[in-house]
Amino acid sequence: MMPNDPNQELETGFPEGTDLEKYIIKRHRTGVGLKLSFQMATLVGIIALTALLYNITNQAFGLVAVENTIPPAEVVASIGATGELQDLSKDQLIEILQANISTGLGRRFERDQRFYEDSYAFDTEAKYQASCASAEPAAGCSLPARDRDNVYQLVLSEVVEPEVVQTWSLMDSLFSRGEVLAEAEAKYPGSEVYFRSWLTADFLQRPQSSNPEFAGVRTAIFGSLWVIFITILFSFPVGVGAAIYLEEYAGASFINRLIQTNINNLAGVPSIIYGMLGLAIFVRTLEPLTSGALFGGVDPTTANGRTIISAGLTLGLLILPIIIINAQEAIRAVPSSLRQASFGLGATKWQTIWHHVLPSATPGILTGTILAMSRAIGETAPLVVVGASTFIVVDPDGPFAKFTTLPIQIYQWTSRPQDEFRNIAAAAILVLLVLLLSLNATAVLLRNHYSRRAA
Amino acid sequence: MEGEMATTSSLTSRDSIDLGELRKKPRIGETIIQSLLFLCGVISILTTIGIVYELGKESLAFFTHQMWEQTNKSLTVGIDESVTTFEVSRSGGVLEVGDTLRLSDEIVMVSSIEGTLLTVERGVQETAAVPHSAGVEIFRGSYVSLVEFFTGTEWNPQISKFGIWSLVNATFMTSLIAMSVALPVGLATAIYLSEYASLRARSILKPIMEVLAGVPTVVYGYFALTFMTPLFRSWFGVDTVQIFNTASAGVVVGILIIPLVSSMSEDALHAVPKSLREAAYGLGATRLETSLRVVLPAALSGITAAFVVAISRAIGETMIVAIAAGAGPAFTFNPFDSAETMTGHIVRISGGDLSYDSIDYNSIFAIGLLLFFLTLSLNIFSQRVVARFREVYE
Repeated sequence: MMPNDPNQELETGFPEGTDLEKYIIKRHRTGVGLKLSFQMATLVGIIALTALLYNITNQAFGLVAVENTIPPAEVVASIGATGELQDLSKDQLIEILQANISTGLGRRFERDQRFYEDSYAFDTEAKYQASCASAEPAAGCSLPARDRDNVYQLVLSEVVEPEVVQTWSLMDSLFSRGEVLAEAEAKYPGSEVYFRSWLTADFLQRPQSSNPEFAGVRTAIFGSLWVIFITILFSFPVGVGAAIYLEEYAGASFINRLIQTNINNLAGVPSIIYGMLGLAIFVRTLEPLTSGALFGGVDPTTANGRTIISAGLTLGLLILPIIIINAQEAIRAVPSSLRQASFGLGATKWQTIWHHVLPSATPGILTGTILAMSRAIGETAPLVVVGASTFIVVDPDGPFAKFTTLPIQIYQWTSRPQDEFRNIAAAAILVLLVLLLSLNATAVLLRNHYSRRAA
Repeated sequence: MEGEMATTSSLTSRDSIDLGELRKKPRIGETIIQSLLFLCGVISILTTIGIVYELGKESLAFFTHQMWEQTNKSLTVGIDESVTTFEVSRSGGVLEVGDTLRLSDEIVMVSSIEGTLLTVERGVQETAAVPHSAGVEIFRGSYVSLVEFFTGTEWNPQISKFGIWSLVNATFMTSLIAMSVALPVGLATAIYLSEYASLRARSILKPIMEVLAGVPTVVYGYFALTFMTPLFRSWFGVDTVQIFNTASAGVVVGILIIPLVSSMSEDALHAVPKSLREAAYGLGATRLETSLRVVLPAALSGITAAFVVAISRAIGETMIVAIAAGAGPAFTFNPFDSAETMTGHIVRISGGDLSYDSIDYNSIFAIGLLLFFLTLSLNIFSQRVVARFREVYE
């Protein structure tokens, strides 16, 4: 670029007169052209996000064609009643069950949970009481009787047996409804076609099921909450402690520099590696501890270390570097005049940290922790490796229970070939995104709240 | 400290000061707290040690795991537990002195061979010498060799094929596709945000990038499978593009790491002092020339670091490739074919109820160790780049 004699370059290389004008116009034109392409590039991100949200909404709602084993109207007629199935009383619904399912099956349902407090629909009193008195009493012996809604669900799943035969996306359902209806009529004569939102209140309250019609995310939500609770319980105190040590105590010794470099490197380790660490250490080596066997009173079928506490600790290790790095930044931002004033008044090091440094660093630390938490809630790969259960229908009841989480559920449903599972996966994704969004909103609110107080 | 508090009085009555009180007192509570905090820091080191130890231990078990391959040879005569020299059939593979052989449950070691006559040491490796009848099949012990592991292109544990290249190749394919999306888009976004965008545009675009970065990877996996793949299939034909393919997984991994590239590059561009830009404008440079020829070169170390970190992230990305790239190892360079990456394989294998000490269990740790060293060396490299080539401006 730089010749020996700059004047020479000017005389020979630089255009003059109209050439100069053209040259400048050309340069500016290139400038505008490339600026446009930079703008286009930023649009890619926006387009991707829009496509993602569109795709999920498109799958979570839409028309479905449903075939019933016995149409509801026939079911109602079978006991000589009139009106709609959902308006029948509990007694009538039980009558339908008695007429349509085998006594053996009915007895099993009754053992699970009784239909009436004071009488029996399928079993005899003597047999039922005998089973309650046996070594392994049925669940129904200690539970209250089923309510009407419960019986109604039984009638639906056992008698009507609706089966979704095909689903259509939201866009097709809205803009080519006529074609969809014609297609459904041609392919599935006699089927019922209606608009369905896969994300419903029932979807949030029901446990997992092998039938997408009746599947829900309740166990997954509880699992996610339990796991994240253990994660924070472990990583928040340890992470903030390590940050305080590195920022306030650590000198420039070898070990301290090693800790710092190590934390920076751990932040870049793929999450699946943490899963393998969790599998080897928490699930396998510490099995007596993480299965709860040491503490006794645990169901032996679950006692294999693939529990909530193993998952929580694994994710805890995963987000530890993130929490440490964020907390360090927050602590570093506290002006040193605060510390010096405290020391000047005769406070000890820990008194200074506890009463002055930490309170001013709290908003930063909390924001960082919540962001780390939302990272942990969305993690899937390490939990698959640690060994999330593929199918559980009971809510987890403690740190030593088997678990599944929302992202795991989404992964499993996505991996199934049937369309209906894609639909409920989309609904579960909406739940997960709402959960994450509210967490992040909390982080922003917290930050604003504290920074206003500080100002 | 108490001495300082009482300065005025102590000046007048010097005799009342006990010099011992001025000495620093040992504070046990403070020491305990400091040690506890130190332990918190040490946990991170223990994590690293744990990772290296566990991955290393299981990988070692993988490479010393004895497998039995068929030789198509069998005993021609029946032998009892004390016979050490016997004849085997002529057909089948070649045996060598020092080979470990298995006859039903017993393991023997070959000490010499004369034609079809074997002389062996009976009942080695803690097995008992027992009689065998004629026609018992002979299996030959073998191990996964490092050479096979690093040069083989077929990965199929069922038939004892452990060539890592089919998995590594798929990982490189998805990462390459991802980087070809994320690098140009991420860098251009960074330049726009840092050099062109108004405050208002930034206040809209930055949160969008943050949201994009905060979406869980399993959601991106769903997106790749149910949006990107159908899109590619409608563009390039259903026959060309398989349902699971590395192209759509790679593109979506690229979308995932755009925010990473753009935010790290933007930080680097932002750190270039204003005076450099003003000097360029003063010399008559246009905005583009300033950005590309002055600011960009000045921020090159930071941008390189961003690229390297992004590559490492793409290699370690799991859920997108596990869902959308394919569920079977394949050595292919066609981006529209399905192929399983290292991370995808680990997830699929460990998804079932994996029994400990099986060769499958050990093999995923060997893959994990390779993955760990790959990403670690990339991360260390990016830190070196920043430390070494950073331009420091006063």
